Amino acid sequence: MKLHNISFGNIRRRKGRMLFLVLGLVIGISTVVTLLSMTDSMTRDIEEKLNQFGANIVMVPKSENLALNYGGIDVGGVNYSVRELDQAKLADIKTIKNNKNLSIVAPKILGPVIVNEKKVLLMGVLFEEEIALKTWWHKSEGAFPQKENEVMLGSEVADQLGFKSGDSILLSGESFKVAAILNPTGASEDTAIIADLGAAQKLLGKEGKISMVEISAFCQGCPISELTLQIAEKFPEAKVTAMKQAVLSKMQSIEMFKSFSLGVSIIVILIGSLLVFVTMMGSVNERTREIGIFRAIGFRQSHVMQIILLEAMLLGIIGGIMGFAVGNLIAWGLIPIVIKDGTFAGINSTLGGVSILMAVALSLLASLYPAFKAGNMDPSEALRAL
Amino acid sequence: MTDHLIEIHGLKKTYQSGNTRVDAIRNMDFFIDDAEFITLMGRSGSGKSTLLSILGALNHPTMGKVLVDSLDIYALTAEQRADFRSEYIGFIFQSFQLIPYLTVLENVKLPMAVTGKKNNIQDRMAQDVIDRVGLTAKIHRLPDQLSGGEQERVAIARAIVNKPPLILADEPTGNLDSKTAGDIMALLKSLNKDGHTVIVVTHNPDMEAYADRTIRVQDGECLI
Repeated sequence: MKLHNISFGNIRRRKGRMLFLVLGLVIGISTVVTLLSMTDSMTRDIEEKLNQFGANIVMVPKSENLALNYGGIDVGGVNYSVRELDQAKLADIKTIKNNKNLSIVAPKILGPVIVNEKKVLLMGVLFEEEIALKTWWHKSEGAFPQKENEVMLGSEVADQLGFKSGDSILLSGESFKVAAILNPTGASEDTAIIADLGAAQKLLGKEGKISMVEISAFCQGCPISELTLQIAEKFPEAKVTAMKQAVLSKMQSIEMFKSFSLGVSIIVILIGSLLVFVTMMGSVNERTREIGIFRAIGFRQSHVMQIILLEAMLLGIIGGIMGFAVGNLIAWGLIPIVIKDGTFAGINSTLGGVSILMAVALSLLASLYPAFKAGNMDPSEALRAL
Repeated sequence: MTDHLIEIHGLKKTYQSGNTRVDAIRNMDFFIDDAEFITLMGRSGSGKSTLLSILGALNHPTMGKVLVDSLDIYALTAEQRADFRSEYIGFIFQSFQLIPYLTVLENVKLPMAVTGKKNNIQDRMAQDVIDRVGLTAKIHRLPDQLSGGEQERVAIARAIVNKPPLILADEPTGNLDSKTAGDIMALLKSLNKDGHTVIVVTHNPDMEAYADRTIRVQDGECLI
């Protein structure tokens, strides 16, 4: 006979009461697990969706002059020498510490070309990267360029020069096929001819050079400024700027979800603890007679406390395991309903361990006072109930 | 040094209930020798159960000393008194007071849960006392599967399993028919013959026949 035999025996005997206590823990733990799983899924979902909004880091060659334009209106008057970045060096971006957080890297070359004796902006891009970055690009006709000799026209360029898809176009004397016309975007590309990066570099006489790089990055565990610094260290000749507004809105949204989940979790955990406390107090009061017998036959105060806390620990383990299982089950069922296109991320064993530890800690904490009360029960008072 | 197993000096116990003071024990001085069989007799409310709980190191007296083997038991800390109860005293409560979710064997082994004895030793000691009280065949039964007399035997087995020198019994035959009560008293008498000091609280005059001596308690005082 050991003290744990008494704890096991009591749990077996008072199944209903103990089930109620476990239920309190299951509700608390499963709510936390569900909310954490949902927050995780929402974070991933927001991350994906916000990333579709485009670049949040822009890298351009360093310049000592200030640009004199705003909202597409150039007030001119300042001459500045245009410098380019070296395309071969761009691969170094993949060597930064947080390279896994780089989603899309889209380099481009910019320069003027002559079309029908008019100067038009030519933008050389890697179409695959660019289309992934600019999800708002929609073509009104044709198909996105697939070959080096195909171009896409911005809506204003197509209107003013009178081209449609399938036409041939001479860019500085070289023939290209108009593969698609872009719908109006309200941005600079409306007035540009968009060509393959390599072809544009050749036309502009800037082989191996790039004018700017747009980067889409997301860093859940670190600030975006960290990423910007890491990139700037690799490219000292470039000016790397984070578009903070987009990043801040991403982080704020995620933080808001986290705060909400934390708040709800704390409330539910408090309710769960209260349930454990009330059940344990009831159990101790119900066992006054039994505790009196234990004390009379030589159990110390600490022995009685051990019996109660051992019960709390066992029930905590059961509650933790069940709460984790139920929480995952609810998250699995609920995420696809609550989050559009959301999917359950799978069972997280670390969260499982934390859930069990949390349930045990919760159960022990809530049972501390009842155990203390039981241990300090005056044996003569307890035996009066006999 | 004293020759007596138990010495009571100037014992007083007062309960306070609101503004009312109740003198459960007024002034007692007596002794009990080793291996004596004592019956404590008195009417309901006379103070005999309070006296038994004080003798059992369960109830701190308001005044006076209780010496057991020359040890002033109320000079000990609460935890030391718990150890004293475990080593020195076997309690037999009114209405058996077995733990309902433990079997006969487990109930008997209960006092050994805090002694650090190994399981096989516990089993052997429990088996011996269960044999002695004649419940070998019912060792794995739960208390509610036993008769009143059998439950009393389990309570006695539990009280003697740690081989305490002192057995305190509070109305052990109160809930039993006269034949079973006689059997239980005979069992207690045989334990006494084996060297246990037995103190039995009772209000049944028939039980006096088993005792070496009777201490009468009336209005919180001893009439020896």
